[in-house]
Amino acid sequence: MGRYILGRTIQALLVIWAVGTLVFFMLRAVPGDPIQALLADVDPTAADAIRAKMGLDRPVYIQYIFWVRNTLQGDLGQSIYGSHVSVDRIIVEAIPRTLSLATIAFVISFSLGLATGIISAVKKYSVWDHSFTFAAFLGISMPDFWMGIVLIIIFASTLGWLPAIGYKPLSDGFWPWLSHLIMPALAAGLPFSAALARITRSAMLEVLQQDYITVARSKGLKEQQVIARHALRNALIPVVTVMGISMALLFSGTVVVENVFAIRGLGQVLIANILNRDYPVVQGAILLVAVLLVFTNLFVDILYKVIDPRINYDSYEK
Amino acid sequence: MAQTITRGKSIVLDGGDDLALPQSTTRPPIHKLLLRDKRATAGLIILCVIIFGAVFAPFITPYDPQSQDYAFLEGPSIKGINGAERTHILGTDDLGRDLFTRILYGTRISLLVGVATVSISMVLGVTMGLVAGYYGGWIDTILMRYIDLQWAFPNFIIAVYLVAVFGTGLTNVIVAISLAFLDDFARIARSMVLQIREEEYVMAAQSVGATNNWIILRHVLPNAIAPVIVQATLSVSYAILGEAGLSFLGLGVKPTTPTWGLIVNSARTFISRAWWLGIFPGMAIMITVLSINFLGDALRDILDVRND
Repeated sequence: MGRYILGRTIQALLVIWAVGTLVFFMLRAVPGDPIQALLADVDPTAADAIRAKMGLDRPVYIQYIFWVRNTLQGDLGQSIYGSHVSVDRIIVEAIPRTLSLATIAFVISFSLGLATGIISAVKKYSVWDHSFTFAAFLGISMPDFWMGIVLIIIFASTLGWLPAIGYKPLSDGFWPWLSHLIMPALAAGLPFSAALARITRSAMLEVLQQDYITVARSKGLKEQQVIARHALRNALIPVVTVMGISMALLFSGTVVVENVFAIRGLGQVLIANILNRDYPVVQGAILLVAVLLVFTNLFVDILYKVIDPRINYDSYEK
Repeated sequence: MAQTITRGKSIVLDGGDDLALPQSTTRPPIHKLLLRDKRATAGLIILCVIIFGAVFAPFITPYDPQSQDYAFLEGPSIKGINGAERTHILGTDDLGRDLFTRILYGTRISLLVGVATVSISMVLGVTMGLVAGYYGGWIDTILMRYIDLQWAFPNFIIAVYLVAVFGTGLTNVIVAISLAFLDDFARIARSMVLQIREEEYVMAAQSVGATNNWIILRHVLPNAIAPVIVQATLSVSYAILGEAGLSFLGLGVKPTTPTWGLIVNSARTFISRAWWLGIFPGMAIMITVLSINFLGDALRDILDVRND
């Protein structure tokens, strides 16, 4: 187990390094110079001075070495546009927003998905089953940004129950924080609850056919007990896999939803600065998204092994 | 058992595990099986209507997608009802352009991006997977290391990264989404090849001196095609969603082009005054994607493709 975790951690670090390096060189291989875009040929000497200050006049491989060294020291550089603003600060401000949103979205998708999935399986072919199935199809076919707009139209402009856009930190109080996150979390989470509902349903159906369920029933156990104690527990493993993947996807998948609700999280920082060609910020945001994704995946894989000791990871390590 | 899975990045749904068809020796042709499935039939009919609308757009609507008149932000109206002077069945946008017309023309971009990206990524991805799986060795190692790296990231994020590098515009969006889907096809093709490579008919072909290209094209590819078809169908719907998302973020095609994502984006400014601007283009996306998902899902059951 220890060796497995160590091996996977090294692998994860390698993936992050590879992504960072790829993005570094690809951003520089493309024509178009952010400094030139900024100063638009107004003052070539000023442009040269800025380039020199930011090290953009050095050969690319030297820039790369400096970038690796600084990144390892936790310094992601400075934003080209908001001068003197460090990328570290931009990202440190963005992370709690993305994490709050992803966490609530995860809670929503998890509870809704699991509940509807279990009902669908237990009441197979009932009206509930059919409606949940259809709802699940709608859920994955709906663009998340549109879901967000529909929620804003219903709950903010029409009913006025929730604030339409923006973000309040948890330090401003629990309700202000939560009320700003309910709609974005629904928009981001519903597609995942659809997927989770389907996997829960099929995993439960498979388990409910097993002999030990028949045995449990013929012992005279109440149906609720059969479902909760015997069926659910055994159906949980594929469900946990999907949950883990959803969690990883949510950390990065809130990009569009953050944009709809004007939440300045990681995704929003990434998008806004792609349009500006602000390399250091784009690079930093991509790196952080990569770190979140890769380590969530790693965490889920380890969790998976804890839940199901039968899994032999030697064959996975190839 | 057909499974619902979430592989790496794309969520794959499945209509049910109870729809497996009985295996008979005389299996009806695939179009008959598709028409026997209610979801597939519904999906096909809706898709035909959508494609028809996209192709014959100029004959269906009297307006031009760019032409403006003085009816700014007017709600859905039909001439003569409630004193409306002109018919705008889905209303107009902030520049007085007919929303139905813009959505109809937007279908063209969505379908173009969906079909183009999936064709490109399917051809490239399947080729990579076939080559890697068939030859093995260092080619396999190099190709699959890259594919694994890409696999660790959601498709949409990869598309965003690539647009960050290449820039916006229709061609760049198509390139970005195609590359983002590459890994799905490469992995499927490779795993099929690994199974098929050991089959007797491949060894037989090898022993009579068939060339590798011949074996790959004539023996491996046809037997690996079913899961690729299912993946391709479902990928079209993800590609359409992906394009809409990129356009919505302003990372897609140029702003004057009518696309569904852009129309929803422009609706944000008028969200409390003009609900139709946000609602209808999103419904167009949803209906299109839903019908493709129905079709892909039915195909998976019919072709009996497992996702393990």
